[in-house]
Amino acid sequence: MRQYLLAVHMVEGEPTPTEEQTQQAYKAVDAFNAEVRSAGAWGFAGGLHPATTATVVRSQGGQVITTDGPFAETKEQLGGFWVIKAPDLDAALAWAAKGSEACAAPVEVRPFQDPAEED
Amino acid sequence: MPGADAAAIERTYRESSGRAVATLIRFFGDIDLAEEAVQEAFTVAAERWPAVGVPPNPGGWIVTTARNKAVDRLRRESSRYGREAQAALLRADTGSSETGPLHDDRLRLIFTCCHPALAPEARLALTLRLIAGLQTAGIARAFLVPEATVAQRLVRAKRKIRDAGIPYRVPRDAELPDRLPFVLAVVYLVFNEGYMASAGDDLIRSELCTEAIRLARLLAELMPDEPEVWGLLALLLLTEARRQARTGPDGSLVLLADQDRGRWDHALMAEGADLVRACLRRNRPGPYQLQAAISAVHGDAPTAAQTDWGQILALYDQLITIAPTPVVALNRCVAVAELRGPSEALAIVDQLDLDGYHLFHSTRADLLRRLGRYDDARAAYDAAIARTANRAEQSFLRHRRDSL
Repeated sequence: MRQYLLAVHMVEGEPTPTEEQTQQAYKAVDAFNAEVRSAGAWGFAGGLHPATTATVVRSQGGQVITTDGPFAETKEQLGGFWVIKAPDLDAALAWAAKGSEACAAPVEVRPFQDPAEED
Repeated sequence: MPGADAAAIERTYRESSGRAVATLIRFFGDIDLAEEAVQEAFTVAAERWPAVGVPPNPGGWIVTTARNKAVDRLRRESSRYGREAQAALLRADTGSSETGPLHDDRLRLIFTCCHPALAPEARLALTLRLIAGLQTAGIARAFLVPEATVAQRLVRAKRKIRDAGIPYRVPRDAELPDRLPFVLAVVYLVFNEGYMASAGDDLIRSELCTEAIRLARLLAELMPDEPEVWGLLALLLLTEARRQARTGPDGSLVLLADQDRGRWDHALMAEGADLVRACLRRNRPGPYQLQAAISAVHGDAPTAAQTDWGQILALYDQLITIAPTPVVALNRCVAVAELRGPSEALAIVDQLDLDGYHLFHSTRADLLRRLGRYDDARAAYDAAIARTANRAEQSFLRHRRDSL
């Protein structure tokens, strides 16, 4: 089994979803998570606070520089992610399509360098 | 006779290298390993065949030798790569006896090469490299881009197939409608590369055309409910049917209007026309079916003068609404020129952004010639000559230019 990161991309400055839309997305994501678990494809997942809460640390030769804000100054930021197990890219893309539908945002699929550990 | 052996190796390479690479990829799941092993097998053939003779089944010999080369390499490297190499060795020992269209190695490989997770340019480059066995320079010319760009696309695409785990299989029924159009585009490009090889003296590389038609037939067998697959097959057959008439005795190009229609392959032409009629009955038109229909109208005309240009323009009008590309617009202008005159056609051609495409300049040149603008026509022929590396085409264009 391979491992893939499904990264949810959020666009900063987009209109905030209504309470109802947020609740709807939570419900859909919960259902998606349950489906991933029951298929045995679950690795790990999490939603992130907005990029405004990010801090970047650079350490070189013992000197640490800490700066406020995300690493990349772009509008698109990581909003959350899944780590899933899948036999190949087609299977991972199929999960990504369902995940994208559930959280109403684009999902980037990235392969891990190491295969998944067998259960 | 060493010359005969060199020719046998050359022929085996053209006929069998693509199939051998595809089979080795199935064995080992590693494109680079497969390509290198097949290359090594041909090196061994070049050393051994002159001494011991050409084996009865040269293609099979290449696959077996390449497989042994790859196994040797994996054994040498298995201490370094551990489990991965062991797994590949295991696969090489098991999966080898599948047959039938679903198990055609090249069909599997073409769907891998045309996977939507790869960039469109990479899909074409990979298919031409791995299925058609083209060199990077030939692919570069087919794309109208620098060779280094193609080389980089190939490296990146192969890395992505390996690292992202793009599978090596024919897609399931439900996935086919999404996956098929790009496969068809690539098969068509393979055919075109063979029909009008972009570089060198060899105008027609028949094995590429044969390969493309074989793949189109296989796709039709595998997906009989897809009218565009039949449309593509019809288009290839109708084009192939005119091949003999397309070159003169000295190897020079002969335009459609000047071809000896008695030299057309009427059996292929009839098969293509039958497929076009079957497509019409289905009434689910698509770009390949329409292009095939246009080709069939040309085929119906006993002489060039009797060509039904009205019907051809109507088909182009339909084609350009579903495939509004500059190349379609350019081809449509040939019919416009016949029906409404070169001046109207030139006005459309001049709007098109196709500067890198030699046929854009040769079409312009021809229209300018018909309008009596000989200096402009000469410059346009020069531009066309500068944009093709095919010597037969260059000499044809030079001849047209010099007879102004």
